[in-house]
Amino acid sequence: MTDSSTVLIDARGLTKVYGKPGDKAGFTAVDGIDFQVRRGEAFGVLGANGAGKSSTMRMIACVSPATAGSLRILGYDSGADGAKIRARLGVVPQDDTIDTELTVRENLLIYGRYFGLSWKVLRERSTRLLEFTRLSEKAEDAVATLSGGMRRRLTIARALINEPEIVLLDEPTTGLDPQARHLLWERLFQLKQEGVTLLLTTHYMDEAEQLCDRLVVMDAGKIVAEGAPAELIARYTLREVLELRFAPGERQIMTDKCRGLAERMEELPDRLLLSTDNGEETLSAVHRQGVQPLTALVRRSSLEDVFLTLTGRSLLD
Amino acid sequence: MHTLARAFSAPAFRELGYWLFRYRRTWRGSIVISIGNPLLFLTALGLGLGTLVDRENSAYLHGHSYLTFILPGILIAGVMQIAFLEASGPVMQSALPRGSYRAAASTPLEPTGILYGHLMYWTLRATQNAVLFTCVSLLFGTVDPARAPLLVLVAVLVAIAFAAPAAAWAVTVTRPSQINVMFRFVVLPLYMFSGTFFPIEQLPVSLQWVAWATPLWHGVDLGRTVALGTATPYGVLIHIGYLSVMVAVGLYLARRTYRRKLYV
Ligand SMILES: Nc1ncnc2c1ncn2[C@@H]1O[C@H](COP(=O)(O)OP(=O)(O)OP(=O)(O)O)[C@@H](O)[C@H]1O
Ligand SMILES: [Mg+2]
Repeated sequence: MTDSSTVLIDARGLTKVYGKPGDKAGFTAVDGIDFQVRRGEAFGVLGANGAGKSSTMRMIACVSPATAGSLRILGYDSGADGAKIRARLGVVPQDDTIDTELTVRENLLIYGRYFGLSWKVLRERSTRLLEFTRLSEKAEDAVATLSGGMRRRLTIARALINEPEIVLLDEPTTGLDPQARHLLWERLFQLKQEGVTLLLTTHYMDEAEQLCDRLVVMDAGKIVAEGAPAELIARYTLREVLELRFAPGERQIMTDKCRGLAERMEELPDRLLLSTDNGEETLSAVHRQGVQPLTALVRRSSLEDVFLTLTGRSLLD
Repeated sequence: MHTLARAFSAPAFRELGYWLFRYRRTWRGSIVISIGNPLLFLTALGLGLGTLVDRENSAYLHGHSYLTFILPGILIAGVMQIAFLEASGPVMQSALPRGSYRAAASTPLEPTGILYGHLMYWTLRATQNAVLFTCVSLLFGTVDPARAPLLVLVAVLVAIAFAAPAAAWAVTVTRPSQINVMFRFVVLPLYMFSGTFFPIEQLPVSLQWVAWATPLWHGVDLGRTVALGTATPYGVLIHIGYLSVMVAVGLYLARRTYRRKLYV
């Protein structure tokens, strides 16, 4: 296979500036990013609020023209062939566009009509997709009766109605309870097994670790790191993290006492993080300094710590 | 011609399909309104106001009964009002971040297809209203059966002439109150002062000029002269020209505003 047939999304110098063209006060939401997504891959975009994740996704969904750079999707140019690209995409936007005037099933049917599919095909597919997303019982109900998680599942079912090759998921599980999230992850994993290429944004580390083969970390419109989750953790963090919490009045004194005990230290509003190769040893050292934390926890380093290292901020701030 | 070919391409019909699908929920009520409206007007104005006016034997009416005179005006002004309402509120709603236009825009549909599809829906709705209105008028004997189809055509043209610019504007609107303001300060005055209820010849000359300039007067006068059989080729040409320019300019603007709004 040639390179162009395996790379489904190819972004080079991709830039999004909001505001009128030529307007100097324009806001640069995406600042010249490069990345490639290959067929069958689950690719994640990780970033805090306002990092430019949705702006990137909307450009890939061909509903937001790129201000500069090139964006090729499925071999087409996103600016010139938007309709052809959209015909083969499934889109789960951050703000879902479920139609509250229609029932659950009608949402699938009508959306499918936009792709020019026949009623016959749509009836069969809608039944199958409602089953896939465990919404069969709700099929004839009004959308208003759905819970947040069900609504999200409906959006995903709808995004699959045209049997897309690429599915774009903008924060698919934000606001869902753990059980609903796990159900969604399982469904997304199943899609990936079927060969569908997934591109998802999230600010949940566990989601990225669970689902993504490869990911980029975005900060202020730029990509600050790229790689497989394990690779990023190995590259940007030490093996373990010691998390300490202090009584509010003592925090500053205790924090000062901890300085120099670990190779890296991050102060968060609610806790202190010490990066180390051996958490237990560091904890002993902390105790020897006479530091009395309210709670102390040793854990393996995660993507969260990668993010902290790279941006100096916590993802969920 | 290019525009016309695009208008009849498949994607626009998918958007029309969406609105017709939604219409399945409300069509019964809408037909009751389409019939009830003219019934109300014909009774109130024919039996009530009309008898009073006809007693005056006004020269401005050129020998027609007040009811016969006013009927095309009411139809055309009503069609304009409905066109505005259907092309403003729903368009604004649909263009919101969670609106139906957004869903359509993430499929192969282009903003232009979405616009033309919705426009086809308004055209069908206007046709339904005009046909039912005219049928009721036929029953009352207030419209000449031979001229009734022409009156329907004029009504549909007026609907498109108002829906297109209304949609072009409404897609940029973010607050429902803006639509209320537009309705109160533009649409209602048009409704009242475009010769709907009285011949504008009886206004002071300066106000007549204002009336001539307003788009609805051209629709009302076209509908009325066609319905009463007093149309002159020159007048018809001017009226149709004026309304066609509204359609063309409205569509030109709407294509731009739709694209700008849906492709941020
Ligand atoms: N339509 C718009 N007009 C102007 N600015 C915008 C627009 N959309 C987004 N922005 C700005 O661009 C920046 C990036 O927004 P974006 O929605 O891409 O972030 P995000 O990474 O998806 O954030 P979140 O996690 O909150 O969804 C933000 O500062 C936002 O205010
Ligand atoms: Mg976002």
